[in-house]
Amino acid sequence: MNETANRKTETPADGLIIDVRGMHKWYGDFHVLSDINLQVKLKERIVICGPSGSGKSTLIRCINRLEEHQRGQIIVNGTELSKDIKNIEKVRTEVGMVFQHFNLFPHLTILENLTLGPIWVRKTPKKEADEMAMMYLEKVHIAEQALKYPGQLSGGQQQRVAIARSLCMKPKVMLFDEPTSALDPEMIKEVLDVMIELAEEGMTMLVVTHEMGFAKSVADRVMFMDYGEIVEQNTPQEFFDNPQHERTKLFLSQIL
Amino acid sequence: MTNPPAAKRAYLKPPITEVGVIGWLRNNLFNTWYNSLLTVLALLLLWQVVPPFFKWAFIDSVWNSPAEACRDIEGACWSVIPQNISFIIFGFFPDGQQWRPGIAMLLLLGLVIFSKDRKHWKKSLGIYWLVGLVTMATLMYGGVFGMPVVETDQWSGLPLTFMLALFGMVAAYPLGVLLALGRRSTMPAIKTICVVYIEMIRGVPLISLLFMSSVMFPLFLPEGVSIDKVLRAQVAIILFTAAYIAEVVRGGLQAMERGQFEAADSLGLNYSQTMRLVILPQALKIVIPPSLGILLSAFKDTSLVVIIALYDVLKTTKVTLSNPKWTGFSTEAYIFLAIFYFICCYAMSNYSRKLEKELHTGR
Repeated sequence: MNETANRKTETPADGLIIDVRGMHKWYGDFHVLSDINLQVKLKERIVICGPSGSGKSTLIRCINRLEEHQRGQIIVNGTELSKDIKNIEKVRTEVGMVFQHFNLFPHLTILENLTLGPIWVRKTPKKEADEMAMMYLEKVHIAEQALKYPGQLSGGQQQRVAIARSLCMKPKVMLFDEPTSALDPEMIKEVLDVMIELAEEGMTMLVVTHEMGFAKSVADRVMFMDYGEIVEQNTPQEFFDNPQHERTKLFLSQIL
Repeated sequence: MTNPPAAKRAYLKPPITEVGVIGWLRNNLFNTWYNSLLTVLALLLLWQVVPPFFKWAFIDSVWNSPAEACRDIEGACWSVIPQNISFIIFGFFPDGQQWRPGIAMLLLLGLVIFSKDRKHWKKSLGIYWLVGLVTMATLMYGGVFGMPVVETDQWSGLPLTFMLALFGMVAAYPLGVLLALGRRSTMPAIKTICVVYIEMIRGVPLISLLFMSSVMFPLFLPEGVSIDKVLRAQVAIILFTAAYIAEVVRGGLQAMERGQFEAADSLGLNYSQTMRLVILPQALKIVIPPSLGILLSAFKDTSLVVIIALYDVLKTTKVTLSNPKWTGFSTEAYIFLAIFYFICCYAMSNYSRKLEKELHTGR
């Protein structure tokens, strides 16, 4: 491809962990994402919000190539995403993802869910992987459930396991795709608390969410998307107190 | 998280007419006037059928007598089985050598029973099977340790049935899984090959496949080359069963949520890891019941090899009945065979239920 595809620096020289330039995506004829430009620095925490169907989930799913983009560049940790499956797998090991519906593996125990990636992708010895998994389970306050199956846990617990599963791969970036949208109200907080702890430890995070409280307290930058475009982005303070764009104002008035 | 606090109120017992034997009878047999009528009719029918059968099968019957003794009795002549048992089981395997297939079958049975326990599903199991299979083949074919050679066209009866059925099932399953994955492949060539294969095989009856393997296939071979007849039948059965397994497995793959693929992808697992560790274990579990159906018919369909002149256990029984001494006792012989097939099938279906239960992980 081009020179960026072969760069192998541990942290890119420009300090950008994610660099999206002029990216477009179509579903058939439908133009889902239009001219997306997004630069994320290491340790930056970005919240993406917007009405449903605005393309925010599609955007973060493009970053680990769960969706394919058709134009422009996406460079993650110095590797450009293209059809090259090796590059895609390399990017995916550096990027953790948490889904709306958890997507834990129901046939494996919680512990096995966590160690699957480290053992098979990172080639970590099983004993070491087990220890690391237990450490992350402690971290999300759920170590006592290690030998249960996902189906035996509540939604909030499952989502925390899903976060721990991603962390076990020691990712450089974490993507959250509406992590609390499928949860009962009383379980949202336990998940958000884990995410806040993670942010405080300096994890680079891209979070698609409707939890504006989380955005206000944690985000370095809030992004508003509508009709497949990034309409506006700003610090949380400016974004919420002083929105610039009509569409942003309308959206904020509807959800706040 | 925590269990809800136990309710602090008195729990009453349900009314006596709703539980126990009386309750069950009322709810299931006599709950409406027409169900009551059906119950009475069914009881009458059973009264008409069961006692005469019982009398025929157990009271007026003989169990182990020469054929002549059967001519004067009203009841069943079960003697047809013990008097001919060695031919029914071993067919044309030479007299005096029949201990060999006997031991081979016991070995096979032992291996199957050992393999049922999931705790034994390790690498060592493969080694046991390899050793077992080599031993069995040696016992059957002979030619070493002073055992005379017995050609495969003399293999018949129960060992033949077991061999065709077991290898048919064991080899067809992985082949079917590969075909199912191939049919879902994004690579057009692989996909087309799999679709054509599956649809072609499913479009013809097993009998015609067996015919082709025994009559047509040798015509295409160069002069002097011949492939063993039993082996050809075995391959035909495997190819046939695999096509059906493939479609069932494909159904299981389609039932998988997209989220499972995405979660595996996002961890960086590659295609074969995703399939082997995440997708197939779940998909194959879903399709245990329909797979069992296919495996059961594969087992029973082995009796079709009779049309290419292989003597499975059904055919050896028929040969016995064609002996003038024993003609006329086919009911007894077929009941015996039915019981044999039923026991095998029931054991398989029992095992599949147990496996389903063991693999259930909530949700």
